[in-house]
Amino acid sequence: MTDFGLMLAGLARKKLRTILLLFAVFIAFLIYAVLAAFQSSLENATGPSSQNRLVSSNRINFTESLPIAYVNRVAQVEGVTDVSYSMWFGGYFQEERNFLLAFAVEPDSYTRIFSELNIDPAQRQAFVDGRDSILVGRQIADQYGWTLGQQIPVSSNIWRRQDGGNTWPVVVRAIFEGDGDTPTNSVYIPYEYFDEARAFAQDTIGNIHIKTASADLNDQVIREVDALFQNSRAETETVTEEAFNAAFIDQQGNLGLIILGVTGAAFVTILLIVGNAMAGAIRERTGEIAVMKTLGFTSPRIARIVIGETVMLALIGGLIGLAAAFGIVTLGQTVGSQFLVFFGSLKITPEIVATAVGLMVALGLITGAIPAWNAMRVNVITAFRRI
Amino acid sequence: MTGEALIELRGVQKRYKRGDETLSIFDDLNLTIPAGDFVAVMGPSGSGKTTLLNMLGGLDRPTGGSINFAGSPIEKLSESQLSAWRAANVGFIFQFYNLMPTMTATRNVELPLLLTKLSPRDRKERVKTALEIVGLGDRSGHRPKELSGGQQQRVAIARAIVADPKLLLADEPTGDLDRTTATEILEMLQLLNRDLGKTIVMVTHDPAAAKYAKRELHLDKGEFEERLT
Ligand SMILES: Nc1ncnc2c1ncn2[C@@H]1O[C@H](COP(=O)(O)OP(=O)(O)O)[C@@H](O)[C@H]1O
Ligand SMILES: [Mg+2]
Repeated sequence: MTDFGLMLAGLARKKLRTILLLFAVFIAFLIYAVLAAFQSSLENATGPSSQNRLVSSNRINFTESLPIAYVNRVAQVEGVTDVSYSMWFGGYFQEERNFLLAFAVEPDSYTRIFSELNIDPAQRQAFVDGRDSILVGRQIADQYGWTLGQQIPVSSNIWRRQDGGNTWPVVVRAIFEGDGDTPTNSVYIPYEYFDEARAFAQDTIGNIHIKTASADLNDQVIREVDALFQNSRAETETVTEEAFNAAFIDQQGNLGLIILGVTGAAFVTILLIVGNAMAGAIRERTGEIAVMKTLGFTSPRIARIVIGETVMLALIGGLIGLAAAFGIVTLGQTVGSQFLVFFGSLKITPEIVATAVGLMVALGLITGAIPAWNAMRVNVITAFRRI
Repeated sequence: MTGEALIELRGVQKRYKRGDETLSIFDDLNLTIPAGDFVAVMGPSGSGKTTLLNMLGGLDRPTGGSINFAGSPIEKLSESQLSAWRAANVGFIFQFYNLMPTMTATRNVELPLLLTKLSPRDRKERVKTALEIVGLGDRSGHRPKELSGGQQQRVAIARAIVADPKLLLADEPTGDLDRTTATEILEMLQLLNRDLGKTIVMVTHDPAAAKYAKRELHLDKGEFEERLT
């Protein structure tokens, strides 16, 4: 037997109480890890933004469209070095639950501006040249097992075709690998192939993507572009890509705040429950602690054993919670859903694990502090007079 | 088999403050206990028997005077030094056994050895020997509630001797036991004194129990009165 054995013996003393406390800690860390995984993937959902890229959308809101004719006019603005455009496709593969983060884009300029997609040059050329191409992110290609040259049907839950269908047959001509920070959970089809078949809203686009000569020119370009279309049928609102991405994340609700609120409340509750239960447990053991002191155990050593017990409780419950979160996230990933795809790859990162373990230790230390202090103060003489 | 003084009390004073009043238990207590002695301390309730034992075991400090153990004063030691001193030199036996309820006899007896540097193997050996000395070699896996009062007290004695201390302090060790069992325990203490040379100070209010000691000390109004048995 060792001090560690004494900690275990302390936990094993009232099994039901220990199981309930473990469960409380388990729930807290399960919630924490799952929510943190959502937040982390959301933060990475858009990838890093470039300092000299701008996005124009309809001023009313970004679900309204713009005439494609705007693109050439934007290209004339001084300080603009490149222009492309995209339209939200609302795609899915075979079944609606196989949601795809799909856009119709002008292939050449789009892949030129978004070089971080990191496409093999030959594949990029094939995507640009092929009329019915699709450019697929590595994550999606792996998820569905798509390979180059494979023909796949991509359907839309927004757009209809003139022939009555809603499916665009495409051939995988390129797979982009990303550059590490760039998510690879999206797909792109050529705008022309999409637009010529669609039944309504032809010649409209969702966003214009602008590359400026330098970030210093951003403000000036923004002013000039928006001035071009002032008082026209569709006014534009041009913002930096950074601001655009931030707005997108805001659209998902302020998840960070929710996580802080939910886990904060859970932690405070569990802190009170565990702290209170442990204080009670140590009070019950006053006589035994007095005996240990009589045998020659010092107060600091007894305090360490008590704190070891609460840290162990927090670690065991917390690590099981983390493991369960891993399970849930993995399961969620394979089941897949319209909701999850927005989050890119949902995973419990090493940072989340490290933070969680840090929180476990902190929880153990805090809940053990008062019981340990009480244990240190147990006075042998008065304790024996009481029993 | 008594030799040099193991314990010497010189002018020991013990006072308790209760609010504004000061309660004086001992004013000038003097006592010498040679190594190998077996002393029974008797006296009326409230005469300070437990207080004396607590001071001998370094659990309580005298208000004045000095307590020497093997020639050095223990009242000057710090709390942690006293803990280490107790672990090495004193074994306690209580009226209500005070075993750890969730631990087996083996683990209870092993507890004091956590404070030593003995290897796990040596510890196991020591625990086994201690349990055999008290005649409980076959009950090592039992928890306190699975043992009779006499058996629990024997586990407590094994715990008290396992680290091989020179001094055993027993506060009413038979106070909770029937006559037959009490006799067994007292004979065991006698054996530990005679064969293992343990110095024992035993508090008791039972004159029959006191007869097992080499001498009796009667504590009354803060003073000793000695009677040889
Ligand atoms: N911590 C304390 N505070 C105040 N008085 C105490 C304390 N401990 C003991 N006493 C008093 O000291 C006296 C001796 O107590 P004790 O040593 O327990 O006597 P005994 O063991 O002989 O019955 C009693 O009057 C008791 O009330
Ligand atoms: Mg007493």
